[in-house]
Amino acid sequence: MAEKARILIVGAGPGGLAAAIAAAGAGASVTLVDALPEPGGQIWRGRWSTASWGPAGTLFRALRASAVDLRLGRRVVTAPTSGRLGLIGPDGVECVAYDRLILATGARERFLPFPGWTLPGVLGAGGLQALVKGGLEVRGKRVVVAGSGPLLLAVAAFLRAKGAEVLAVAEQAGLRPLLGLAPGLLRRPRLLAQALPWITLPLHTGAWVTRAEGTDRLQRVHLRTGCGIRVLEADLLACGFGLVANLDLAQLLGCELRAGLVAVDPLQRSSIPGVFAAGETTGIGGVDKALAEGRIAGLAAAGRPAEARRLLPAAGRTRAWGSALEAAFALNPALGDLAQPDTILCRCEEVTVAALRGFSRGRDARLQARCGMGRCQGRTCGPAAEFLFGWTPGGPRQPLVPLTCADLVDALEGVCEREGPAMLAPAMAGQGTRGERCGISFDERNAVMPWPLPAPEGRSPEARFSCASPLEDWPNPPAGLAHDKHASELRRGAFPFADTLLDPEQP
Amino acid sequence: MPRILVDGSPVDLPEGALLTAALGCPPVAGLSLSGSPRGPLCGMGQCFECLVLVDGCERLACLTRAVAGMEVRRG
Amino acid sequence: MIPDVLIVGGGVVGAACALALAEAGCSVTLVEAEGLGSGATAAAMGHLVALDGSPAELAFCRLGQERWRALAPELGPGLELDPCGTLWLAADQEEWDLVAPRCEVYRASGIPAQLLDARAIHEAEPCLGPDIVGGMRVPGDSVIYPPAAARLLAEAARRAGATLRIGTAVAALVPGGVRLLDDTGLRGGRVVLAAGSASRALLPGLPLVRRKGHLAITGRHPGFLGHQLVELGYLKSAHGSETDSVAFNLQPRPNGQLLLGSSRQFGDEQPDLRPAMLRRMIQRALGYVPGLAALPVLRAWTGFRPTTPDHRPLIGPVPGRPGLFLACGHEGLGITTAPSTAELIVSAILGRPPALDPAPYLPGRFPELNHA
Repeated sequence: MAEKARILIVGAGPGGLAAAIAAAGAGASVTLVDALPEPGGQIWRGRWSTASWGPAGTLFRALRASAVDLRLGRRVVTAPTSGRLGLIGPDGVECVAYDRLILATGARERFLPFPGWTLPGVLGAGGLQALVKGGLEVRGKRVVVAGSGPLLLAVAAFLRAKGAEVLAVAEQAGLRPLLGLAPGLLRRPRLLAQALPWITLPLHTGAWVTRAEGTDRLQRVHLRTGCGIRVLEADLLACGFGLVANLDLAQLLGCELRAGLVAVDPLQRSSIPGVFAAGETTGIGGVDKALAEGRIAGLAAAGRPAEARRLLPAAGRTRAWGSALEAAFALNPALGDLAQPDTILCRCEEVTVAALRGFSRGRDARLQARCGMGRCQGRTCGPAAEFLFGWTPGGPRQPLVPLTCADLVDALEGVCEREGPAMLAPAMAGQGTRGERCGISFDERNAVMPWPLPAPEGRSPEARFSCASPLEDWPNPPAGLAHDKHASELRRGAFPFADTLLDPEQP
Repeated sequence: MPRILVDGSPVDLPEGALLTAALGCPPVAGLSLSGSPRGPLCGMGQCFECLVLVDGCERLACLTRAVAGMEVRRG
Repeated sequence: MIPDVLIVGGGVVGAACALALAEAGCSVTLVEAEGLGSGATAAAMGHLVALDGSPAELAFCRLGQERWRALAPELGPGLELDPCGTLWLAADQEEWDLVAPRCEVYRASGIPAQLLDARAIHEAEPCLGPDIVGGMRVPGDSVIYPPAAARLLAEAARRAGATLRIGTAVAALVPGGVRLLDDTGLRGGRVVLAAGSASRALLPGLPLVRRKGHLAITGRHPGFLGHQLVELGYLKSAHGSETDSVAFNLQPRPNGQLLLGSSRQFGDEQPDLRPAMLRRMIQRALGYVPGLAALPVLRAWTGFRPTTPDHRPLIGPVPGRPGLFLACGHEGLGITTAPSTAELIVSAILGRPPALDPAPYLPGRFPELNHA
């Protein structure tokens, strides 16, 4: 009996879900892992039991009907040997072997320090939304939403719907760059429909919080707008400055990074054979990009590169929108001056900005001033320090999250054994450690998996999915001219490695 | 509607709630090194501000579902 | 003005030399490529230990410890000097039989040491597991924080008149000084090469290899541990040349974190963590301190000890290279013996009688360096 390919997917947000369904539909044996108690990642939080339409509903339905091994409440802690990850979950440590790995680890908010940002009541924008979705009651609370990014308006609308009094939405980007997004938005009716209700929110552009005040909790927010500083009495401040990709697992595995993102070829393959990355890890770009790239990664990992290639033009279009957003919401360098000398930068170790002046490298700041040595292992202060001081973030901490000595011993197991035949490129076989990469080789021929795969049985692509209806709402390549335009963008070198992959006869 | 204990006091939570919903509003999860009150920041298991003891084990409140009878202690 | 001494390397050894030479009246320039104390110094445990691999080693450690005690007030609280003492642990009868004679060696050398039987050692350190049959307490040992130590030594050297060039990399040793990476030159009457493992690149043929070690640190748990713990097998691991070995080593940090070591590997030049070594190290530790099982590990990392073939550092003049001195290759005793190294360097450069016999450390003992 032919062995099914084992595909391990880390992250059950839109990217990971799309990858899981695509890979399962192609006949692979799929394990999907996430830290949260429900699938959906951040953006689809709370929708697992309610979503019925759109990509979320479709994917959740497909997931329920599939044979995907869903492991929730697990975090990756170690990569003890190639083809194996150590996870920590509610019942302790699990070591999972894989033939192919898809990283869909998403992004976290970027936090920048300002006076009072450590007070209870000051949270991230996505952070407060996550807590409210998790049952936090905000009815009647006065909230200021601030920072940067389309997330702010989505969060403000959500909080308002939950009964909070939204006093202001302070977007640091100016009006001009934001208006520049209008044409792109008009071309994306689904996003436009989402954004329209936000017109009624009290939005201030070119605005930001200069300080948060209160005794043991947030009581007042100082807001700088075009008309000067306003002081607002508030209970909650939801403040985040865009998104930062979660790359620690990719770095742990030795994936090459480019411009602070996982470098991938058009089939979402990283520089480590057998490891794919999709969604925010390859570039902040939202749901549509994650869905497109997840699907491509799932198909490619399952040994269907030709099917994956057909989705490339649509994926390209989602990346264009991501780039437009990034440009419009670029962070004003003045935000780096909000912090005062006595403002804490490293929250875990309570290291102030003053203590960090004079260090030209994050490593020295860590060794001499303890910045980044605490529990969060630099996840919060790293991006802040990069923005304020230009320090390049350090490599991944190991273990990826703190765990007990006893659990760590278990999570490092399996170093000497290998399970099953060597699935990875010959240079990797027999090496018990990562970090020794065998070079980037994006030759299409390597995309054909060397294990015996079940024969396709002549069924149509849609029928391979367990659910009856085909997947709607997935970005399909638009017919005609638009399709050619995006394909030709690819050929012009919009992505690296495109030349080695695309067949000249392809449209 | 799970009922849990937070620092010895009973708290009733909606079905499926995460432990962060039981820490007050604004939520407070513990104290900083210098003794200042701190609460969750990121809501997604990255900042580690919401680390609490759940039945004696360290857990992130933002990733942990409330289960009836849990005993939570702030840091 | 040409400085009297140019020191290459701003780790704990280079910085200690800079301070000692500056205080001895020399005009000193210290050149460091990255950051003070960011090389092997940053991976060190900071245990100021009296180690008795040989009488010479014990004397060298003692001198270093005395100097650290004298320096501590000047360097300030950032040094984080904690006089917690060491507990050497015997895990079986065979090891226990070796403790009493060892205790005698320490006492005979003027180092206070107490023999502790099973009951006494568990009283001294309640977190020890039941299998520990006894051991030896050396109350004079202490612990410092090495990266801060290097920085504080260098800053004290600056106050004493030394010049610090941080972020400046040396490309080559040339007659009368060094050539920097940007092709400019720095001149010095004498050059002290204190660049740890990087010294090899500047003096080809230098008999130094990198001996890799793993470490891990836990979350805060104040009061859990009172002494630096070392297993009696540590010496065998340190002075042996087995390819891969672990020896239990656990240190209480002032803030309540526990620093766990130690491992030794030859021939592994990658800084990557080796899961098998880390696992072995932690498992071994759980045998000595079972309570560790429940403590969270925040981070694990690796470092490289600059190691010579006979496990003794290279301190002194290089035959056939007038003006060139070595102060490197300290393996696992770099922190403890940094100030005693500095003393020997001051004596060698200024022609003063040394505080102890420098013969074991002379570079000329290796044929590769004996061009005289």
